[in-house]
Amino acid sequence: MGLLRFAVFRFLTMLATLVVVSVFIFLIINLPPGDYLSNQINELRATGQSNGIAKAEFLRQEYSLDQPMWRQYMIWMGFMPGPHGLAGMLQGEFGWSFEFDKPVADLVGGALWMTILVNLAAVVFIYAVALPLGVIAAARSKTWIDYTSALVGYLGLATPNFLLALILFYYGNRYLNLPIGGLMDPQYEGQPMSFDKMKSVLIHLIIPTFVIGTSGAAAMMQRLRANLLDELGKPYVETARAKGMRESSMLVKYPLRVAFNPFVADIGTLIPSLVSGSVLVSVVLGLQTIGPLLLTALKSQDLFLSAFVLMFVALLTLIGTLVSDLLLALLDPRIRFGGRNK
Amino acid sequence: MSIRPDGRFVDDTPYERDLGAEARNAELDMSNSRLLWLRFKQHKLGLISAIFLLLAYFSLPFAGFIAPYTPNERLEDYIYAPPQMISLFHDGQFIGPHVYPTVAEMDLETFSWKYVPDKDTPLPLEYFCEGGSYRLAGVYVTDKHMFCAPEGATIFLFGADRLGRDVFSRILYGAQLSLTVGLVGITVSFVIGIVLGSIAGYFGGFLDWVINRVIEILRSLPELPLWLALSAAVPSHWSPVAVFFIISIILGILDWPGLARAVRSKFLSLREEEFVKAAEMMGAKPSRVIRKHLLPNFLSHLIASATLSIPAMILGETALSFLGLGLRAPAVSWGVMLNDAQNLASIEIYPWTAIPMLPIVIVVLAFNFFGDGLRDAMDPNRS
Repeated sequence: MGLLRFAVFRFLTMLATLVVVSVFIFLIINLPPGDYLSNQINELRATGQSNGIAKAEFLRQEYSLDQPMWRQYMIWMGFMPGPHGLAGMLQGEFGWSFEFDKPVADLVGGALWMTILVNLAAVVFIYAVALPLGVIAAARSKTWIDYTSALVGYLGLATPNFLLALILFYYGNRYLNLPIGGLMDPQYEGQPMSFDKMKSVLIHLIIPTFVIGTSGAAAMMQRLRANLLDELGKPYVETARAKGMRESSMLVKYPLRVAFNPFVADIGTLIPSLVSGSVLVSVVLGLQTIGPLLLTALKSQDLFLSAFVLMFVALLTLIGTLVSDLLLALLDPRIRFGGRNK
Repeated sequence: MSIRPDGRFVDDTPYERDLGAEARNAELDMSNSRLLWLRFKQHKLGLISAIFLLLAYFSLPFAGFIAPYTPNERLEDYIYAPPQMISLFHDGQFIGPHVYPTVAEMDLETFSWKYVPDKDTPLPLEYFCEGGSYRLAGVYVTDKHMFCAPEGATIFLFGADRLGRDVFSRILYGAQLSLTVGLVGITVSFVIGIVLGSIAGYFGGFLDWVINRVIEILRSLPELPLWLALSAAVPSHWSPVAVFFIISIILGILDWPGLARAVRSKFLSLREEEFVKAAEMMGAKPSRVIRKHLLPNFLSHLIASATLSIPAMILGETALSFLGLGLRAPAVSWGVMLNDAQNLASIEIYPWTAIPMLPIVIVVLAFNFFGDGLRDAMDPNRS
C-alpha cells in the first residue's frame, strides 16, 4: 500500500514537473528573434517572390504563430483551443515541421524508438559492466585490477564522447569489421522487424552503446567500489569471515546488498547525462535517433520540431528517474516512509 | 644536582627541549592554509596537476610569443602538411635544433599532396625572430616569436590543417578560450549556486521549497540538448568575444543546481550551531551571518567541488563548438579546431587534425586530479 501511494505521488510530481519543463522549453525555443515562417516571409519579400508568401502566411495562422506568446504556448500544449479546436501535445498533435514540410509525428516516428533503444542499451551496458568490475575492484582493492579499472575510468571521464566515438568507429571497422554509421544496414530501413534486421541493429549498436556508457559505467563502478570498501571494513564482515564463510558468498550475501542502494539510485542521476551523450554521439555517428533531428531543427528555428524533441528528451529522463526511484523504494522501505516522520 | 645557597635544588644538566613533542604540537599551532598545503602535498598526482595547470594558465597571455605562427595565418602551399620533427643531429653530428625544408609532390595514386623532406639541407631554427604580429597579453602589439622556421622551411610541430594553418600554434591560441570558458562558467554557477543555496538553506520555508523544486527540475533534465537550444538562440552577428561570454554563461547557468544543493545542506546543519545563534542574538542581519559566519565555514569545500565541475564545462564548450553551435570560426578554441576532424575520412588520412583532443584530455584529467587532491586536503576525515 505504501509503495502504491508512493508511486502515485511520484507520478503526479513527474507530471507537474513536465508542465513546468514545457514552459521552460517553450521559452528557450522562442528566445531567438522571429520564427521560421516570418524569416521565410522576409526572405521571400526581399527576393520579390510573392507566391510563397501566401502559403507561409496561411501556415502562420494555421499554427497560430501570429498569437501572443502565452496563447501560443496554451495552444501548443492543448490547454486552449486553437484554429482547429483543442489540438496540442496533450491531444497527440505535435505540430508541423516547416523545415522538412511534414508533420512532426511522421518525422520522428521511428527515431523515438531508436532513441529509447540506444539509451536502454547504454543502461544495460552500464549495469553489466559496473556491477562485476566494481565488486572485483573492491574485493581486490590495491591490485592491478583495481588500478587498471581506475585508469580506464579516468580516461573515459576525460575523453570527449564524440571523439571516442570517432576513434572507436575507425578502429572497430578496421580491425573488427564493425559497420560504420547508422543503426542498421541500409537494406533493412523501412522493413518490418525480422530476425536479420534485429541482428543488424544489434551489431550497429555495439560502438554507440560503448561510447555512451563508458563514462557512466566508470563513475558507477568507482562509487560501487567506494561503498563496498566502506562496508568491508565493518565488524559484521569480520564476523562472517571468522565463521569461516567463503569470501565470495559472504560478499554477495552481506556487504553487496548494503552497497547496492546507491547503485540503483545513481541511475536516476545518470540518465540525464546518458541522454545528453546519446544526442551528441548520434550526431557524430549518424544514428537515426532524434539527436540529428534536434540539431537541424535548432539551427533552422524549426519551432515545433525542436520543441517536441526537447519535450521527448525531458520525458525520457523524467521517466528514467521515476523508474529508478520506484526500484529504490521497492528495494529499501526506509525511502518509502522517509518523508513522513520528519 | 647542586644545592643553591637559598636551599633550592637545581639540575646541572643543560635544559633539553623535547623536540618530538614540539613537532607533534606544531600541527596545532599551524595556520589553516599551511595545514591545507601540507595535506595537499601528500597527494602527488594532485600536486603535479596543480603545477601543470598553473603553468598552463600563466602561459595563456604569452601564447602568441610561444607560437611560431599566428592562428589565422594561412600557408597555402602547405595544406594538410604532416607534423615535422625538430632534430638535433644531422648525419650523426650535433648541429643544434634544425628542420628540413619540405617539397610538395602530387601523389598520382591517391591524388593528394605529399610533403617530402629534403634531408640534405638542414636549416637551423631561428629564435626571437620576427613573424606575424599579435598582441602580447592582449595589449602590447609585437611581432617577436620565441622560435620560428628559417627562411625556406616551415615548422609544423603538429602538422597543418585544411587551410594550411599551423595546428600547434592554433592549439596554443585555442587554449586561451578553451581554458577560460570553464573559469567564467564556474564563476557564474558559483555566484548563482551560493546565493540561491544560502537563501534556501538559511530562510527555509516557502523559498526553500521553490528553490528546491527548481534544482530538482534542472537536475533531471539532460544538459546538452538545453545547452544546444540556448546557444542556438545566440544571434549570429555577435562578435566572437560576446559569443564567448554568452556561451560560458550558458554553460554556467545549468551547472549551479549541484552547488546550490551542497550549500543548502551545509546551511541546514550549520544554522543550528551556537555561534550562529549568538551572532543572531547580537543583532546581526541575515546577510552578515551568511557572509561572515556561515560561508567561511565551507568555502574551501565549495572551491574543491567547483574545481571538479570545471572539466564538465570545458568538455561542454568542446561539444558545442564541435557541433557548430558554440564558438564560431574566426575564434580559435579546441572545439572549433576539432570541428575539422568531424568525419572519419579526415581522421584516417590526416590524423593530426585530431591532435587538439590531447590537450583536452590532459587538462580535464589534471582538473580532476587537482580537485580530488584539494578535496582530500580540505576534508581529512573523509575516508
